[in-house]
Amino acid sequence: MLGLNKKDLQLMLIVTGLTMLAPFILNPFPESSGMAQFNAGYPDLMQRFVIFGIFAIGFNLLFGLTGYLSFGHAAFLGVGSYGAIWMMKLVSLNVIPAIFMGVIVAGIFSVAVGYICLRRSGIYFSILTLAFAQMSYALAYSVLTPITGGETGLQIKSTDRPIFSSLEEGETGRANLFGMDMRQSFELNIGDWLFTFNAGYYIAAIVMLIAFYVSIRIFRSPFGLMLRAIKSNQTRMSYTGLNPRPHTLAAFVISGMYAGLAGGLLVAMDTQVGPERMFWTASGEVVLMTILGGVGTLIGPVLGAGVIKYMENILSKINKDVLHEWFAFMPDGLEDFIVFLVYPFIGKGWHLTLGILFMLVVIFLPGGLVEGGQRIGKWIKNRGKAKDTGGSTEPAE
Amino acid sequence: MGILEVKDVGKRFGGLQALGDVNLSVKENTVHAIIGPNGAGKSTLLNCLVGKLIPDTGSVMFDGQSVLGRTPHEINQMGISRVFQTPEIFGDLTVLENMMIPCFAKRDGAFRMRAIEDMMREKDIVEKAESMLVDMNMADKHHMHAASMSRGDKRRLEIGMCLAQEPRLLLLDEPTAGMARADTNNTIDLLKQISDERDITIAIIEHDMHVVFSLAQRITVLAQGTPLVEDDPENIKGHPKVREAYLGETA
Repeated sequence: MLGLNKKDLQLMLIVTGLTMLAPFILNPFPESSGMAQFNAGYPDLMQRFVIFGIFAIGFNLLFGLTGYLSFGHAAFLGVGSYGAIWMMKLVSLNVIPAIFMGVIVAGIFSVAVGYICLRRSGIYFSILTLAFAQMSYALAYSVLTPITGGETGLQIKSTDRPIFSSLEEGETGRANLFGMDMRQSFELNIGDWLFTFNAGYYIAAIVMLIAFYVSIRIFRSPFGLMLRAIKSNQTRMSYTGLNPRPHTLAAFVISGMYAGLAGGLLVAMDTQVGPERMFWTASGEVVLMTILGGVGTLIGPVLGAGVIKYMENILSKINKDVLHEWFAFMPDGLEDFIVFLVYPFIGKGWHLTLGILFMLVVIFLPGGLVEGGQRIGKWIKNRGKAKDTGGSTEPAE
Repeated sequence: MGILEVKDVGKRFGGLQALGDVNLSVKENTVHAIIGPNGAGKSTLLNCLVGKLIPDTGSVMFDGQSVLGRTPHEINQMGISRVFQTPEIFGDLTVLENMMIPCFAKRDGAFRMRAIEDMMREKDIVEKAESMLVDMNMADKHHMHAASMSRGDKRRLEIGMCLAQEPRLLLLDEPTAGMARADTNNTIDLLKQISDERDITIAIIEHDMHVVFSLAQRITVLAQGTPLVEDDPENIKGHPKVREAYLGETA
């Protein structure tokens, strides 16, 4: 079905199920319980999960398949965002043209950047892309202020009058899809649980599912095979009559357009953009997401994006008071000591936890969280088998 | 006129004259060996033929067309395939995928964007790759990781990948270097079979005289960047100049 083999179709259905039911899955704790702060099922965060999932899927198409590590992908995200917000400011508040504009602008920009950077490979390629991204950031921050709004960035203002809109005098436009506001939500109360179904989230989720589907198709296509061949052995590639350059450039542009798509969606969900979106740490973040989840796997980048965004938004909100509340059952001295130990890893220190997690994954699970999942799956399978056959000690494959 | 005509080719690396006025003519559908002691310029010559190096002087014509100034993939698409001294294969891919890549290259050219089609549903490519694997006697290795195979199997796969492109000229750079005796003999048999069964010209650079005299119909001896003799194998064996170049004057 859908031109996918059985395994890929299964994966696609699982991902579809998870994204559609995310408001339930991410809100497992009752509102009044102490665990409620671990709930991630609020619209803003759910949107970030899927949007950065798209960003990471696109990055993985380049890094996972060709092995070219771009260290400046946030530039395409930022450029896409600027393109989208100008579309909203000038033409229409509908999100579809804005998102398209984001993709197109990022695509054009990545053709230019890729054409230059792909003359080199390995570390030199990474440095070139990093240089480009930092130049874009610096330009957006200073010289290009008339276009980018400089330090303050761009927002939709009450003075903006897009061509295709029926705004009243002084009314501030809002992003919409044929009249449906992105912030529109439907709340469902079941007992002590509160589930929020947000229009913006579902639009972003559907876009992510399409992006995920396209990435599966690219992975399984002749073009995907050529990209893996480039990663494996470029010498053999050239001496087999294949030109690596247009292949890598095409992968780079597709990847840049995914970033533009993510940038456009960010603007569609929250109509503002600033140059910090292009800063090099943002480029580094998508590298972390992809490696944490599993480079070159289909689902890995989405998982990685989810884990990092969850930690960034949930872990960072735990403060000292919350910790004292948790450990209140302990004797005073011990409580203070435990809080003292745990404190560096939460709140503003969440980067420390992420760093440790990242190190552990890279050292013990080079294939990322996906490899972890596979190992657990195999262990369960083998355990089941061992029981059936009366405890045979066949080693795992 | 041979299928490959090398005329007055010279190549200098700084102060070292690696090649000086090399002339070589490879006749169609023969096995032509290029031999010579270490540093004779054999590999430099080969690199000039496939576009890795550009000679300073002279011309290289393949089938009436100049190959000079063309990139390796363009020269390959003209019909010259190259086997490397250490097998160059796609180690991260499966054996079947390795074999499919040259099939795609033959059918679709140097670059064609096919990003949505499923590669396993390209029936003609899969069938061709599989029959090539059968020819190479490695059908059972099909889904193996190419990097995990033995040296001999890697060599077989690499030769198979080159043949899948149906080249007119196959260049081999010391194909049996570092191989065990049994693997060497297998490779000789394979190359013999290829040259008998296919419409193909083979040019081979080799150190191992056993390999050279089992395969070659014509031999060029290279020493210090210039060809000493070009003749049939029987005449080469006893040629005084060749003995001198190989064994030194006292022999």
